[in-house]
Amino acid sequence: MAAKPGHSVLSRLGNSLYARLGPWALPLVLLIVWQAMAQFGLLSTRVAPSPVSVVVAAWTLTLSGELFVNLGASFQRAIIGTVIGGGLGFALGILNGSSRRLEHFLDTTLQMARNVPHLALIPLVILWFGIDEAGKLFLVALGVFFPIYINTFHGIRSVDAGLIEMGGSYGLGRWGLFRQVVLPSALPSILVGLRFALGFMWLTLIVAETISATTGIGYMAMNAREFMQTDVVVMSILLYALLGKAADLAARALEARLLRWNSAYRAA
Amino acid sequence: MTSLSLPSLVPFIARAGRRPPLSSANPLDDDGSGRGVPLLLDGIGKQFGERQVLRDLSLDIPAGQFVTVVGRSGCGKSTLLRLLAGLDAPSEGRLHGAVSRDDVRIMYQDARLLPWRSVLDNVALGLAGPRKQVRAAALEALSQVGLADRANDWPGVLSGGQRQRVALARALVHRPRLLLLDEPLGALDALTRIEMHALIERIWREEGFTALLVTHDVTEAVVLADRVVLIEDGAIVLDEEVSLPRPRDRADPEFGRLENAILGRVLG
Repeated sequence: MAAKPGHSVLSRLGNSLYARLGPWALPLVLLIVWQAMAQFGLLSTRVAPSPVSVVVAAWTLTLSGELFVNLGASFQRAIIGTVIGGGLGFALGILNGSSRRLEHFLDTTLQMARNVPHLALIPLVILWFGIDEAGKLFLVALGVFFPIYINTFHGIRSVDAGLIEMGGSYGLGRWGLFRQVVLPSALPSILVGLRFALGFMWLTLIVAETISATTGIGYMAMNAREFMQTDVVVMSILLYALLGKAADLAARALEARLLRWNSAYRAA
Repeated sequence: MTSLSLPSLVPFIARAGRRPPLSSANPLDDDGSGRGVPLLLDGIGKQFGERQVLRDLSLDIPAGQFVTVVGRSGCGKSTLLRLLAGLDAPSEGRLHGAVSRDDVRIMYQDARLLPWRSVLDNVALGLAGPRKQVRAAALEALSQVGLADRANDWPGVLSGGQRQRVALARALVHRPRLLLLDEPLGALDALTRIEMHALIERIWREEGFTALLVTHDVTEAVVLADRVVLIEDGAIVLDEEVSLPRPRDRADPEFGRLENAILGRVLG
């Protein structure tokens, strides 16, 4: 083993390159093929722009500041809508999860509302709110409400009754039981709801912004379509992908932090 | 935050400093008063719907006595323990000398630790007061069960026996005057049980609380008890004093005779 130390260092380096770059090999090859096809005129820019022109479009929009204005607008809608809808879903999930009586009165209504695809409300939303910010926030809030509501409710309902009995006999009051036993126990489920909600958040935002907006990534894409700027359209799509990935990473980081007691979530 | 007030903790912390050394055999030495409570059960009965679980149960338990209740599954022994814990109310009869809920602590068959709190914070559950003092009290209880070095671990990484020791520390930190043990060793392996017997006996002698252990293991009952009570179909059918010297020698012929007599009675 000790005879060829150089070899083992090299092979370890090779292994780590393989592990890190392996997953990216196929996208890279596709990108190169795509660029080559665009370069040799096999692919019309009306169908798809070359990867390089997408990068150039991103750079131009960055320099003009347009990119950040639109990114900021979308981001703001995403956050505000999620805080409102997620907050309501969380609160109702906790109330209905803790009280059979409230569940009796509210759950049927919520289950009916849940089965209406929220994007089906777009015509109504435009009538109610016009093409203002409020309409888009309403849709995003509605989109994130249900995944958070359902998972919070489920999390609260699945708390181990033995732990609640133990907490009660060890002197915890109602608030203490909620804060120290019920909420932490429901947290894994609530965070699953959050991750679903983040998916719905971007989906709703994309649709809402392409229908009616004067800022935002969706607006940027629709605007570019009018002028057949396929490079900007593709860049917008890529931006959504990146934002979605970023939201997912943030949710995972939250899980790794809040659920570090649970070996299934502990960061590797 | 909790129902345990600061004044109830302060005497404990003051006392912890001058706790008698481990060799002290007499629990009454502690602070002059002795800390166990006497219990008097007078014609206790308990019904769940049509089913009579306990009938006309009378028992006079002096302060500081270690009583084990044995019987087959479903004989009503766990119901009796829940009545004493104040988790259920008797349908008939009276419970005299009932202590306040702050004076009673239970150890369950499963440790019922909160997986999202460290071992130390589990022991500190329900203790009020300045954080530093609470931690010191919890650490003291942990060292009593020999687990001070695991204070910062998650409960999930402990073995079954260690979890029950943490649960025991969590009960001890409240300085209970009545400790109820609901088959706490039922899920442990034979060697760990023997260790736990010695630990529970030692702590009972140090602390002087009244102890009531529910078990279906007759050997365990004879090892630990001052008095073995056999319940059959909700009624006491045997009430046997065990006067063997402690710690008890399982090889002692008298031990074997007693064990066999009780086992024979259980099996009918």
